[in-house]
Amino acid sequence: MPQKTMVEALNLALDEAMSADESVLIMGQDVGVNGGVFRVTKGLHEQYGRDRVMDTPLAECGIIGTAVGMAVYGLKPVVEIQFSGFTMQAFDQIEQNMARLHNRTMGRFPMRMVLRTPYGGGIRAVEHHSESRETYWAHTPGLKVVIPSGPRNARALLAAAIDDPDPVIFYEPKAVYRAFREDVPEERETLPIGTSQVVREGKDLTLISYGAMMRPAREAMEDLIDEHGIDIELIDLLTISPMDGETLCKSVAKTGRCVIVHEGHRTCGIASEIIARINEGAFEYLEAPIKRLTGYDIPFPYFQTEQYFLPDADDIIESVRETMAWE
Amino acid sequence: MTIITRPRDEAADSEVPTGQAAHHMDMNPIDLGRIEALQVLDEHGNINQARDPGLNDSELLAVHRAMVLTRAFDSRMLTMQRQGEMGTFAPNLGQEACMIGQVWELTKQDWFSPSYRSFGAQIQRGWPMERLFLLWSGYHQGFPPPEGVNDMPFSIVIGSHVLPAVGIAMGMRRRDDNDCVVVNFGDGAMSQGAVSEAFNFAMVDRAPVIFVCENNGWAISTPTKLQYATDHLAGRGVAFGLSSIRVDGNDILGMIAAMREATRRARDGEGPTFVEAVTYRMSLHTTADDPTVYRDSAESEPWESRCPIIRFQRYLEGRGLLSKDGAEKVRSEADAEVLEARERFRKIAKARPREVFDHLYKVTPSELEDQRNEYLSRLDRKGVD
Ligand SMILES: Cc1ncc(C[n+]2csc(CCOP(=O)(O)OP(=O)(O)O)c2C)c(N)n1
Ligand SMILES: [Mg+2]
Repeated sequence: MPQKTMVEALNLALDEAMSADESVLIMGQDVGVNGGVFRVTKGLHEQYGRDRVMDTPLAECGIIGTAVGMAVYGLKPVVEIQFSGFTMQAFDQIEQNMARLHNRTMGRFPMRMVLRTPYGGGIRAVEHHSESRETYWAHTPGLKVVIPSGPRNARALLAAAIDDPDPVIFYEPKAVYRAFREDVPEERETLPIGTSQVVREGKDLTLISYGAMMRPAREAMEDLIDEHGIDIELIDLLTISPMDGETLCKSVAKTGRCVIVHEGHRTCGIASEIIARINEGAFEYLEAPIKRLTGYDIPFPYFQTEQYFLPDADDIIESVRETMAWE
Repeated sequence: MTIITRPRDEAADSEVPTGQAAHHMDMNPIDLGRIEALQVLDEHGNINQARDPGLNDSELLAVHRAMVLTRAFDSRMLTMQRQGEMGTFAPNLGQEACMIGQVWELTKQDWFSPSYRSFGAQIQRGWPMERLFLLWSGYHQGFPPPEGVNDMPFSIVIGSHVLPAVGIAMGMRRRDDNDCVVVNFGDGAMSQGAVSEAFNFAMVDRAPVIFVCENNGWAISTPTKLQYATDHLAGRGVAFGLSSIRVDGNDILGMIAAMREATRRARDGEGPTFVEAVTYRMSLHTTADDPTVYRDSAESEPWESRCPIIRFQRYLEGRGLLSKDGAEKVRSEADAEVLEARERFRKIAKARPREVFDHLYKVTPSELEDQRNEYLSRLDRKGVD
């Protein structure tokens, strides 16, 4: 199996979707000759031409708004917003049209579109380039929100997102883009949207994370197993919305303890929703309060101090041990 | 001074029947045609006397020094970035006349709201260079505008700073102040809806604001021909009723002449002005960018000879104000000044992780205090002070 970075794996998924279906097209800033600022669309412009790989004017609201129109007309736009911080410019079109048109027309118009965008910190970026505001979209009825954590699941989930009949927000952890390579099968592969993955089964504590935070979560898991004898069950959320509460509750019903890790701000963050689900579905099995290790409720710090804002493996180990010690 | 105003075809107007429908529509589309850019100094350093803003000798030399300092700072930033001391930043190379020209006419009381590609203008406005070094190397302490400098922190989010700049000008008009606001942005920013909103608000309110669009030919890899479908951007100002002008942005005297008229209009209550400065991004978009992927060096080459600094030096030499040696001296003094600032920067550059909760609110809510305490004990555990 060829080894690929997440950038290469996403490029592969786009290429496969475009060659299989003429109605799939890409729009975004600098996605053409430049191949996107992270090179995810590299080479596609040459292969599919300007009408299917469109360098747009610099207007996020314009990009999403016109993509919505194309989707209504039956095309399948896969839109790139250069950084997730700039989806704010398109809030209007995402909220008012992308998320609602299917509902307003009682299903008369399709809304098959994907909004891809890199999110998250850890690359020493300037302001507005490190946000994790997936909560906004999870809070918006009508959208699906997907966040892969590695090259292989990124390719499979993007393929599924493009196949999906409903609009999908696809957050790409930019800190993972080129961080490591992974085997990615040659034959096309998809993963179901709406299903979380149990990465490792364990009986002592359920550790839940997604996206870029899966890396420190795995690191912490290994240390916790080897050094502390704590048998971790690790879950990669993969889809934020609709949330796979069943997998989460089943796990916690078995372990009785749970720690959730994400970069996004704490208040009304994804962990809040996970805790609510577990409260509803596995409360009687809980042996300790569920712990959330998240970004704080402050703007993402300037990059000299970002490392202290982001949870790392040590912080996760600490949180897990605290939760294990609770009686 | 040619300020382009809304063209009006009076003959066509008089033919429109009032109170009754025309038999057939005469489309008579409005065509602004080509709009020439104002130029005072040509590429060889020859001056158009009629439009010379008439700076005196010491002013001319100060303008020259400011442009040379911009370039010295820019090239030092690049070195520091390549050596890992600076974060990603947007070079100013080739746009020095825009940088200095757009703020040259401003007083301390006036306001300036820059985009991210503006440090030449910020230095001119009174930002200590060490503060700009701090800011671009990821320290929060670099962001607050220095006391006495009426500047907004630079904007990274394209176009989002333009409406607030208009708001400041709307405030000025209500207070009957004689001040004005300059806000700058790129050709790409012109595509943001918020910039069109800003033009309209400014004109409707007759706010004393000057919009400076540095049209440098590119928005990252996107050339202007994919950004907009007209020959010029100045016409867009006209469409909103703004007095609009196109100026050679590599001609410092042209920039100053245009800004002199624009600021006069603002101070005299004549409302906003749109200045399209035609220039070229000689360098990378940012240090994370590789222009060889998307643009031919053949395109950039002609711009070498339009260099704003060389052109102005030729003019100063012709006037006997500056010799070749003199120009060299200005350059080495600018380099030395930048290096001194770098030393000051290195002395004060210190990450302050314990302060990241400060200043979010005037009074930190107690719930957030709890988070701060949790965070501080995490720092303690990691041995970070
Ligand atoms: C709202 C928003 N969208 C996208 C970006 C990413 N971005 C940074 S600079 C840039 C191009 C800007 O071009 P232009 O306005 O011409 O200014 P220039 O960089 O040429 O000075 C883009 C797309 C951003 N910073 N903000
Ligand atoms: Mg530009």
